Amino acid sequence: MLAAAAAALMAAMALMLIRALLGPSPYDRMLAANSFGTKTVLFIGLAGFLFGRPDFLDLAIAYALINFVATIALMKVVRYRSLQASLSVHRGPGEAGGG
Amino acid sequence: MTGIAPPLDANTLLGFGLLTMLVATVAAIALSRRTMTAILLMSVYSAASTMWLLLMDAPDVAFTEAVVGAGVSTVVLLGAVLLTRGERVAKAGRWRVAAAAAVTLVLGGLLVYAAIDLPALGDPASPANAHVGRLYLEAAGRDTGADNVVTAVLASYRGFDTLGEASVIFAAGVGVALMLGFGTRATQDDPRRSRVRGLDALPESDHHVVLRVAAKLLIPVITLCAFYVLFHGETGAGGGFQAGVVAAVAIILHALVFGLADTMVAVRPGAARALAALGVLAYCGLGVASIVNGGMFLDHDFLLPPAFQTRLQTWLESAGISGGAHDWGQHLGMLAVESAVFITVAGTMVTVFYGFAGRLRDAVPEPGA
Amino acid sequence: MAEAIHWTGGTLALLGALLTVAGAAGALRFPDVYTRIHAASLTDTGGATLMMLGLGLLAGLSLVTLKLALAWLFIMLTSPTAAHALANAAHGSGLRPQIGLWRIVPAQAEDGDQTDDGDGA
Repeated sequence: MLAAAAAALMAAMALMLIRALLGPSPYDRMLAANSFGTKTVLFIGLAGFLFGRPDFLDLAIAYALINFVATIALMKVVRYRSLQASLSVHRGPGEAGGG
Repeated sequence: MTGIAPPLDANTLLGFGLLTMLVATVAAIALSRRTMTAILLMSVYSAASTMWLLLMDAPDVAFTEAVVGAGVSTVVLLGAVLLTRGERVAKAGRWRVAAAAAVTLVLGGLLVYAAIDLPALGDPASPANAHVGRLYLEAAGRDTGADNVVTAVLASYRGFDTLGEASVIFAAGVGVALMLGFGTRATQDDPRRSRVRGLDALPESDHHVVLRVAAKLLIPVITLCAFYVLFHGETGAGGGFQAGVVAAVAIILHALVFGLADTMVAVRPGAARALAALGVLAYCGLGVASIVNGGMFLDHDFLLPPAFQTRLQTWLESAGISGGAHDWGQHLGMLAVESAVFITVAGTMVTVFYGFAGRLRDAVPEPGA
Repeated sequence: MAEAIHWTGGTLALLGALLTVAGAAGALRFPDVYTRIHAASLTDTGGATLMMLGLGLLAGLSLVTLKLALAWLFIMLTSPTAAHALANAAHGSGLRPQIGLWRIVPAQAEDGDQTDDGDGA
């Protein structure tokens, strides 16, 4: 039954990949990349159970966090075309020193 | 190959599915006409590649691929794109495409022809697994006391190679720092000249409150995860490289959400460079400590002074703890190696990020803006 | 009893995976960025919850279940936040949702910070 779940996850990943390749706007693609990453986390956890290797869960935990940071970086560059500006609304440009 | 078809089980079918997705992603990367799309698809490629490496039963490599490919690599590539004009890629001429295709087909054909004669995956009789590989598998527990053979090989048996790897990473960080990250050109000096489009007057609807709060929760968690990965490298998948990159990702998240200026106050660029150098220095010092105590360079058996080791042995016997003082030297040595690599990798990744993200003055505006 | 827990765990994991497939199908078929974000992030988080619950039942009370709970917690923290950030960015860059048969296009340039989304490829 876990193998069936893995196959279903793989199908979901393939569908999301199609959205990443098709998506007309960059936000479609970023959504697809983020969703693909979350499905990867689920697959890693499932693979740990399928192959009897509980060490894989450390990888799942780390990748869940890394995937988020990658999505935020992509969003920031596509939307604001800057990696260094601050996203804090309540600071003016002078306070943050160039942000 | 031995000529026997692989069994049609879940492993093989999953592998086929993953490889198909990998090929599709790479084809899309090659055919995409915008660099942003290519970078996005490369992070998808890294995720699929992680799963592929897991299927091949290599969790340490998969871990490195996950954190480096989807994390730092994406961010650094984005920083590089920001420093360029970001033009569309011009379509290549017909003859150039034909020549490239011919070269690729010839080289690929040669590779496939050579790969046919390779031993099957995981064959215990293959030259890689039969001699030194088997020796490591049999002796790693006895010699080093570590459960993870990969960490034992990296940090103890082949510690000298890992020193070379840490030096290479440090050299790469130095290169990036020399080109991008030193001096006043690299720091933000004049807020009036930072015409970052869209952020001078942040529209009222552009709240990032949720993101800020989530980042405040997640940054310490990611750092804690980095230290967990570092200390569990001996028993599970992980180690110094992966932990260093995860720690750097925590700092990158802070810079993304709260602005690079704030992050540079918290983690100064000079401190990051100093950490990177300190890691390599500590690693070499570790080897020298072994020489001082009577052994060879990076021989962890001689890491602890002999007098201390005998006292430790008697204390262990009196306390009834099994394992012997010999393992303690190895454990300490491997932990020290992993920590040194952690410090170097974290410092280098932060330096590289600062270098790419800090060059606002050279950031080229969108054509037409 | 142990057999029942085993079966329940497997079934929950399978249901979680199927929910994820439904979300991916939605992300493919929905007409608009915002509906796609809604479909993908909701089903990702829900599918992750079901799957972690199922795997936790399979593993029993151990360190593995704790790690699964941690992974679930991180997915719960990051996946909706990323979806919110994406939708926020999409709205700020001028993409407007498609309501029924129409898409409301602003009469004049609103924030002056349109990014060059559009023709992709």
